[in-house]
Amino acid sequence: MSKQLLVGIAALALCAGAMAQKSAADGIAEYRKMLEDGNPADLFEAKGEDLWKTKRGPKNASLEACDLGQGPGVVKGAFVTLPRYFADTQKVQDLESRLVTCMATLQGFDAAEIAKTPFGRGEMANVTALATWVAAMSRGMRFNLPQSNAQERASYEVGKRAFFYRAGSHDFSCASCHGEDGKRIRLQDLPNLTKNPGDGIGFAAWPAYRVSNGQMWSMQLRLNDCYRQQRFPYPGFGSEVTIALGTYMGVNAKGAESIAPSIKR
Amino acid sequence: MNIKLRLILGCTFVGALLAGCATAPSPAELDAQAQKAIKSSFRDQSFVKTSWLDQDLGLSACSSDQAPDQATADRIMAEALNTVKWPTGGQYLGDWRAGERLAQSGRGMTWTDKSTDPKENGGNCYNCHQIDKKEISYGTIGPSLWNYGKNRGVNELSSPAFAPIAQYTWVKLWNAKAYSACSNMPRFGHKNLLNEQQLRDIMALLLDPKSPVNQ
Repeated sequence: MSKQLLVGIAALALCAGAMAQKSAADGIAEYRKMLEDGNPADLFEAKGEDLWKTKRGPKNASLEACDLGQGPGVVKGAFVTLPRYFADTQKVQDLESRLVTCMATLQGFDAAEIAKTPFGRGEMANVTALATWVAAMSRGMRFNLPQSNAQERASYEVGKRAFFYRAGSHDFSCASCHGEDGKRIRLQDLPNLTKNPGDGIGFAAWPAYRVSNGQMWSMQLRLNDCYRQQRFPYPGFGSEVTIALGTYMGVNAKGAESIAPSIKR
Repeated sequence: MNIKLRLILGCTFVGALLAGCATAPSPAELDAQAQKAIKSSFRDQSFVKTSWLDQDLGLSACSSDQAPDQATADRIMAEALNTVKWPTGGQYLGDWRAGERLAQSGRGMTWTDKSTDPKENGGNCYNCHQIDKKEISYGTIGPSLWNYGKNRGVNELSSPAFAPIAQYTWVKLWNAKAYSACSNMPRFGHKNLLNEQQLRDIMALLLDPKSPVNQ
């Protein structure tokens, strides 16, 4: 082994020692800071903007007339008010399920077909890119979900119940990991999602680019993988429980600044 | 105010009240709506079936931000204690090295795993507990288990402290709800997440005086 290599290893060991002195959160925050200079989410953001403005689908139309809750075509500020109730579908919808509604009504895509498509494939990959861009248009804004409609209030209450629902082989619920302050799984800090966990944390950080697997993750995919690790069966895309959980987390995050799309390990 | 206007105002008020009633479901109605939503939102994937959403008394009583009442908690704990199967031949300890490997592994029982055979599963222990201090990547949802046996007076296997703490720990691993009705800890024996030998190996990691945990 060369002398230089040995010195290098010794230096690394020293660094590791110094790193261990800091909290896991400090180390991870530093790591994220280093990554922020070039967040690949930018690429998905650009793709999403392009998809929004391009005429596509059986009806050869763009999404520029899509109503995300702020009126047709208004994108800025929409993300921090979703999920919310929509009169035309008579449902509470999150960003992704609303985008699919617009793709169906304006562009003529088959909504059920998109909902069945695995994450990262076909039109589902386009939904994720669109969600990334729509979220980015509200970067720096604060969450303020409406709760004036009865269905919105019911969605919050259903979401709260789903959050605490224990089942599966390991008896886990969302609350098993995200119900208390200051807890970790291994070195991963766990936000307490039963209240506002702070600016850019939890609901205010997704969609996010995952460095560990090189994928862009939407909130629907984030929840899907939570449920996988919770040892629950497979949650349907845009299913009532996933949207209600969005309402629960989004309302709890009232006042939190959105940093989405963010970058995660 | 004339009678007609009073009538209109009065009716409007009653109407608003009725509308208010119609749009504000009771907690029980919301419970039912949530149950319906949970039933309709999931599908089978690989061996993970929607039947995994079914709850026994303990899970349903521990699925809110309110703890169950004492009588319910007592019943959950008594029923959990009844599920425990003791190790064959009274042999509590296996190999702490195998126990450490199991403690490190967080695998098993997700829809991307191979099967429900306990041999595919890890114990997930370090996800929530500090165990051997040499492992700095540990979770904090559960208490530290460093020096677990030593702190409880097990300096050698012949210590009088050994038998009671071995029994206690076996129950904890088999069905943690026996001691705490709403424990966050999975029921490793009861739910067949780990087999008897795997449980013995984890027992050894915690209680064997030779285990690094007790140095």
